[in-house]
Amino acid sequence: MMAAQSNLKNMVLCLTAVCFVCAAVLAATYAVTQEPIARTAQHTLQQSLAEVLPQDTEIDVQEQTLLLDGTSYSYYACTQDGRVQGWAIRSVTAGFGGPLTLLVGVRADGTVHAAKVLSHSETPGLGAKCKEDRTFTGQFKSFDPRTRKLAVRKDGGDIDAITASTITSRAYTLAVANAVKVAAALQDGTREEDPQNE
Amino acid sequence: MSKWSLITKGFIKENPTFVLVLGMCPTLAVTTSAMNGLEMGLATMFVLLLSNIVISLISPIVPDKVHIPGYIVVIATFVTVLQLLMQAFVPAVYEELGLFIPLIVVNCIVLGRAEAFAGSHGAGESALDGIGIGLGFTVSLTLIGIVREALGSGAVFGWKFISGDGILAFIMAPGAFLVLGYLMVLFNKLAKK
Repeated sequence: MMAAQSNLKNMVLCLTAVCFVCAAVLAATYAVTQEPIARTAQHTLQQSLAEVLPQDTEIDVQEQTLLLDGTSYSYYACTQDGRVQGWAIRSVTAGFGGPLTLLVGVRADGTVHAAKVLSHSETPGLGAKCKEDRTFTGQFKSFDPRTRKLAVRKDGGDIDAITASTITSRAYTLAVANAVKVAAALQDGTREEDPQNE
Repeated sequence: MSKWSLITKGFIKENPTFVLVLGMCPTLAVTTSAMNGLEMGLATMFVLLLSNIVISLISPIVPDKVHIPGYIVVIATFVTVLQLLMQAFVPAVYEELGLFIPLIVVNCIVLGRAEAFAGSHGAGESALDGIGIGLGFTVSLTLIGIVREALGSGAVFGWKFISGDGILAFIMAPGAFLVLGYLMVLFNKLAKK
């Protein structure tokens, strides 16, 4: 094969060959990495669930969905001795820089267990603190929405917002509040199915 | 050109960031911390090295009129391979750099080196060129990352030397331009000597 001329046959042949080899390389890489990628995703999910749900419960990693007020929420249930102890609910709201996705653990009695940020696009150094600022996220641990109001102080609630990040704090709080609503709906659901419980 | 100078030219004479001013998109976007800059630089070097080698091997048999599509397919393949590997084995890094990994495909440095160097040199020289330019890129990004992280969060490589926040603007886009501009001035002044 000499320094190929740019005639149609050569060009088609060459590009076909290049694409064919590249596709083979990609297929091989995909086959090798497919399993570790799936395992990592599963591991991350399990870890997140364990973080937001009460300890010593059996977590069902099977994703379920519930339609509430026109929004579809996916959630995971955890049980102990066959009785539901709580749910981890994936809750998305509009943050300052884009969607803010939380995983909120709500106990069967309606109190918040813990919440965790799954993904966000908030401003680094400001809103992005909602991911690790413990003074902010700690407020949601064991928060009982029946005795206190799940809203930032500016809106007359009981949550201290992150300094200079009211919009993010609001979005975070709203995501938790939505999750609490979903949990309430789920609670009604389980009661209907299983009337002798409680 | 000696083998050694093929590697060192990437640092000063043909520094991709401060002299060639190529690949500005990842340079400005991911250098919010020193670690991010370093990781992005290494990821780009991986693609640069492999695509340089392969392109230098296939360039004699690729007809002139279709060499750019041919090169782009090769580059895109390596980027996707890198993306899958990172997702599988270093998921934390992948999450941090996210969108900017696939964008390496359109990084001008990679296609630029393929066009300007690998297409007309042998595999060995092209590999050295890839390493040299890749290292230059890595060092530049890490340098910008160090300055931005130090000013913006008061830390270097995640190690905090002040309590509380730094100057937030340096973490955001305006800081990226400012730091890049000042480093470019400083670099060119030093390089002239």
